[in-house]
Amino acid sequence: MSVLTRKADRIDRLADQHGLSLWQEALRRLRRSPPAIIGAVIVVLFVVIALVGPLLVPHDPLSQAWRGEISEARGAFPGPRAENWLGVDHLGRDEFSRLIVGARQTLIVGVVSTLLGLAVGVLIGGIAGAAAGLGGRAGRFLDSFIMRIIDMLLAVPSLLLAVSVAAVLGQSLATVMIAIGLVSVPIFARLLRGAMLAQAESEYVTAAVALGVPQWKIAWSHLLPNSVGPVIVQATLTLATAIIEAAALSFLGLGNADAAIPEWGVMLADAQRYLSVRPEWAIYPSVGIIVIALGFTLLGESMREALDPKLRR
Amino acid sequence: MSLLQVEDLSVHFPITRGALLNRTVGHVRAVDGVSFSIPRHGAYGLVGESGCGKSTLGRAIMRLNTPTSGTVTYDGTDLTALHGRRLRGMRRHVQMVFQDPMSSLDPRQNVETILLEGLHTHNIGSGTAARRALVADVLDAVGLPRNSLSRYPHEFSGGQRQRIGIARALIVEPDLIVADEPVSALDVSIQAQILNLLADLQASRGLTYLIIAHDLAVVRHVSRTVGVMYLGSLVEEADSDDLYATPLHPYTRALVSAVPVPDPDVEDRRERIILRGDLPSAAAPPSGCRFHTRCPWVRDTRCKDERPLLRTISTGATNHRVACHWAEEIAAAPAPASV
Repeated sequence: MSVLTRKADRIDRLADQHGLSLWQEALRRLRRSPPAIIGAVIVVLFVVIALVGPLLVPHDPLSQAWRGEISEARGAFPGPRAENWLGVDHLGRDEFSRLIVGARQTLIVGVVSTLLGLAVGVLIGGIAGAAAGLGGRAGRFLDSFIMRIIDMLLAVPSLLLAVSVAAVLGQSLATVMIAIGLVSVPIFARLLRGAMLAQAESEYVTAAVALGVPQWKIAWSHLLPNSVGPVIVQATLTLATAIIEAAALSFLGLGNADAAIPEWGVMLADAQRYLSVRPEWAIYPSVGIIVIALGFTLLGESMREALDPKLRR
Repeated sequence: MSLLQVEDLSVHFPITRGALLNRTVGHVRAVDGVSFSIPRHGAYGLVGESGCGKSTLGRAIMRLNTPTSGTVTYDGTDLTALHGRRLRGMRRHVQMVFQDPMSSLDPRQNVETILLEGLHTHNIGSGTAARRALVADVLDAVGLPRNSLSRYPHEFSGGQRQRIGIARALIVEPDLIVADEPVSALDVSIQAQILNLLADLQASRGLTYLIIAHDLAVVRHVSRTVGVMYLGSLVEEADSDDLYATPLHPYTRALVSAVPVPDPDVEDRRERIILRGDLPSAAAPPSGCRFHTRCPWVRDTRCKDERPLLRTISTGATNHRVACHWAEEIAAAPAPASV
């Protein structure tokens, strides 16, 4: 870098350094924020485990090699030892291997169902919010129509809704993801609509109208970017709920057709019968779910802050 | 011929009751029968206290709300009859500068995006290079440094933000600019800079202004003609020097007398007109003259049952219009000490 001697040049140079895009700036801020780093480390760790887990584990998670050592009647199950780090489960399978391999299925269910709910919810909420905020009388009517349907969806208990969907579509992993995604649609839709309605009142939207910008473009380039923050955070929270709901569906026998494939929700459900004998069987997958939920929440919350230009220093 | 002609414009907002049926139980007469015109290259100042309907009037002219009746004729086109695409097209010619530059600029867009929006919307300039040049031009015109482009509104001071707001309005090359309280959110020291900028831009670009403000000094500085609003209607309109020297409507007299005089002796001796009571509700305006409930000159006849029309009074000056039955008699009384 050349040495700048004139004061005006130096000031210009300083001013030019502001010239980072919103995303560059957000990334720079994420790198400096401890919660974001912790969240990112957790998420990356889990993704790596989910990808290569089956290659790392000491035993086949499906093999019931230690079946001979367990006795259901006496409540005797081999505890942690050199051969099985976390002991053996109720069917004589290696608990540690099942936990590691189960990360994949859990992550897939959580992420896919959340993304599904997010996509549909943002589409519906975005249309309703834009119509109500910008569309005048006809827009408010469309908004009322859409939101009453969403309200009806919200009135049905989420598990019942998921069970109904699973019952209609049949037993499969895709069913679980669709059912859980559908349950989270009203949450995303209402959240985005509310945020967009609030933004539609603001002066910069009025300014865009006065400038002659078409309504769809105002919704897309002004309302949406200023409203997605809370939706992103909600998605990270929904991810944790989705994993737990997947467990509940598995417990009811509506989950993956092949119950042998390890998944944290299924493990948690299985552990319930042995809670007084082996409480740790419930604790291992629970801790896993809590930590991954924490990771996504930390990352989501920091992302929202980093992307908000008003909070920038 | 005048560039903007407002003819008997009214904006009434319905007051609704009931959750399901939305019965209309009345109307807030925010703007109630206002007529005025602005010649090309003119500058019209609109003053009045909070809630008198001056901002609603500005927004009705911009078609940001829907007028109940009356017409707004811009260069021969009735803006109140336009809808959709044609209305959006007309917006290129009539632009607005907002009161609070912080809330009227999208916090997530940098200056370049904010300025380009107008060019994209009205398809001005062909290609990126041409548009960049237009953006650079307008930055120079409002006195912002070139390196502002990649920065966001929150990185600027209040005065600079208002310059961005003015640049956004200017970039589509409008003829008429409606400025709604353009400086009231700014520090006093910055107000003068922005007002001078507005005056310079008018001279260099041949703009026509409608300036809405509650500050008499601001309006006087930038406008040639001043209209005074009270409870949704114009009560007086005159050339700005004439209005401040010889206010004829009792309300204008009270306003002018409220301006402090920068001379302690005069300030101590001069007589001030103190208005009693509050601004009446625009949902149920007083009968007859809207001002009769607070008027120090109120008479028993006419004031309470006959609404005075805006009429031309000959006081030597050319265009002095007043809405008062007794304007001639008030004109004979001594005027309060002026600014």
